[in-house]
Amino acid sequence: MDRNSNIYTILFAAVVVTVSAVLLALAVMILKPAQERNKRQEKMTDIMYTIGLDDEALTQKAIAEGKALNYKLIETYFNKYFNKQYALKADGSVDKSVKAFDINMKTEIKKPENEQRFPIFIGDVDGKKYYVIPLYGKGLWDDIWGYIALEEDANTVKGVKFGHKGETPGLGAEITKKWFEKQFVGEKIFDKDGSFKGITLLKGNKDPENNDKEDHEVDAISGATLTGNGVTDMIQERLQHYLPFFKKIRQQKN
Amino acid sequence: MAKKHKWQDLIKDPLNENNPITVQVLGICSALAITVKLMPAIVMALSVMVVVAFSNLIVSLIRNYIPNRIRIIVQLLVVATLVILVDQILKAFAYDVSKQLSVFVGLIITNCIVMGRLEAFALGNKPLDSFLDGIGNGAGYGLILIIVAFFRELFGSGTLFDYQIIPQSFYDLGYVNNAMMLLPAMALITLGIVIWVQRSLYPQLTEKE
Amino acid sequence: MELWNIFIRSIFIENMVFAFFLGMCSYLAVSKKVKTSVGLGAAVVFVLTITVPVNFLIDKYLLQPGALKWLDPSFADVDLSFLSFIMFIAVIAAMVQLVEMFVERFAPALYASLGIFLPLIAVNCAILGGSLFMQQKEFTQVSEALVYGLGSGIGWMLAIILLAAIREKITYSNVPAPLRGLGITFIITGLMAIAFMAFMGIKI
Repeated sequence: MDRNSNIYTILFAAVVVTVSAVLLALAVMILKPAQERNKRQEKMTDIMYTIGLDDEALTQKAIAEGKALNYKLIETYFNKYFNKQYALKADGSVDKSVKAFDINMKTEIKKPENEQRFPIFIGDVDGKKYYVIPLYGKGLWDDIWGYIALEEDANTVKGVKFGHKGETPGLGAEITKKWFEKQFVGEKIFDKDGSFKGITLLKGNKDPENNDKEDHEVDAISGATLTGNGVTDMIQERLQHYLPFFKKIRQQKN
Repeated sequence: MAKKHKWQDLIKDPLNENNPITVQVLGICSALAITVKLMPAIVMALSVMVVVAFSNLIVSLIRNYIPNRIRIIVQLLVVATLVILVDQILKAFAYDVSKQLSVFVGLIITNCIVMGRLEAFALGNKPLDSFLDGIGNGAGYGLILIIVAFFRELFGSGTLFDYQIIPQSFYDLGYVNNAMMLLPAMALITLGIVIWVQRSLYPQLTEKE
Repeated sequence: MELWNIFIRSIFIENMVFAFFLGMCSYLAVSKKVKTSVGLGAAVVFVLTITVPVNFLIDKYLLQPGALKWLDPSFADVDLSFLSFIMFIAVIAAMVQLVEMFVERFAPALYASLGIFLPLIAVNCAILGGSLFMQQKEFTQVSEALVYGLGSGIGWMLAIILLAAIREKITYSNVPAPLRGLGITFIITGLMAIAFMAFMGIKI
């Protein structure tokens, strides 16, 4: 057939398009489960990280049990240590129709406040209770997110984990580093009178070594003021939605 | 019409004397943004190598059947299909790295190396030769990526593959990581220096006025 | 105000060349003379301003997870986002072709000056990059995508014209032989990128 005729061209195009479409559809179908699993695994390890169960700790646990750390085992650990999770309404009551783990923060925070559900993961490790709350906000360039774990008093920070989409490497991107995350440990989010303060990232504060755990401040990263403000705002904005829930916990305790 | 190519030359030439980045000036677009760390650079290099080699192979196989009028778009389709496959596989089996590469995996489609080699080589050569040409050019591209990433990670973060290389005692003496190396600008300057060194060693590559 | 912010950011802060190295191939090849670089720059602005909003609409109404809802509610779970690379590049290639034909027919003078650059653009990473970044930024309005495309194009044009102007002058300097040409161009671009970092963090 003539290679330059219209019919040949159209036929050829149709064949090529069909072949590639079939190939792609097949590949996506086969790979989708593994991709979904990666996302779930990341979420689970991030949450466990905030209460001190980092990769190393989990690997050691696995070795002690004579197993290799894989997705299944991570899921087992997660379900063991986080046996309770709630999707809270704005008034602090629990919405039982929603599973907290399946809430996508990115789309959730765009909804109006009374339609949002606020996920909280309640950890229980060796008799100690932890509250882990997902964070999501805006940094300098793009979205930032993370998790913050509070101890049983719902006041002291146990640990944090941050992530970002595109902060400046070497400056804003440092928020994912261990030395930065370590600063938050032991900080309080309420002051002595019990009013909510959050945690502020401040440059050149009076306490660069961060020995004072009562000041609701950690040292910001120099050169990354705007990313730092993003982190401050994110913690402030997200945590305040949980105040009704924390109030309830306190009342129950007293 | 097809010349006889020596197979080892097909691989060896693009590594140095006919390097796609420093000599042919192709594929710089996506090369530099992902060289902050060694690991993503290596994954990127492998992805490009796979895409160049297989798109070369496929286009060479069908080179006598492609209607000339829709040549470019057929090539783009082949490349885009391969890139989507690579992207999906990375998302499934190398999730962390695929997050760091983000849109730059997609940009392999318009990486000039791929289209450049298709037009310049695969359309006029046998499948096996084209495949090897793709491997060679992918490797040449990867080599430069790895060199740049090596220096940027070493001086920018003091690590290689995220393992600390520069000993703690250096930091105690006041050594500081050069955060400049992490910024885009220094990637360009590092590459400029790589070219400088290469051309001093091989004067025949120097550009005439 | 948001649009103005996107516009300024895409020109100065998230500059295609200095922040993401996109479109480097033609950037290096065509930046020897100011005049030709103006031509190529204009063509890039033109194509980006058209393709980014078009791809935005395709992404929003065809590809995103649940994007096909407007056709039939039962399609709400369909996720075609894996096809975005192929759709974007096809739109770009088709648009470039279309634009070329239109310009040739209705503005022959413009075609004479832009003509040779238009086909080059289909494989310019800055164009595909514009669409991919648009997808990643998750704009909600088509106007945002339009302004982003325009701004990115102008940013790219600015970069190539600046570089061409410097390269015209540098022919009079005594650059070490092995550094001549490509090497020094990289270093110049690097220094320019450092200068552009001064814009970082600006909020309008």
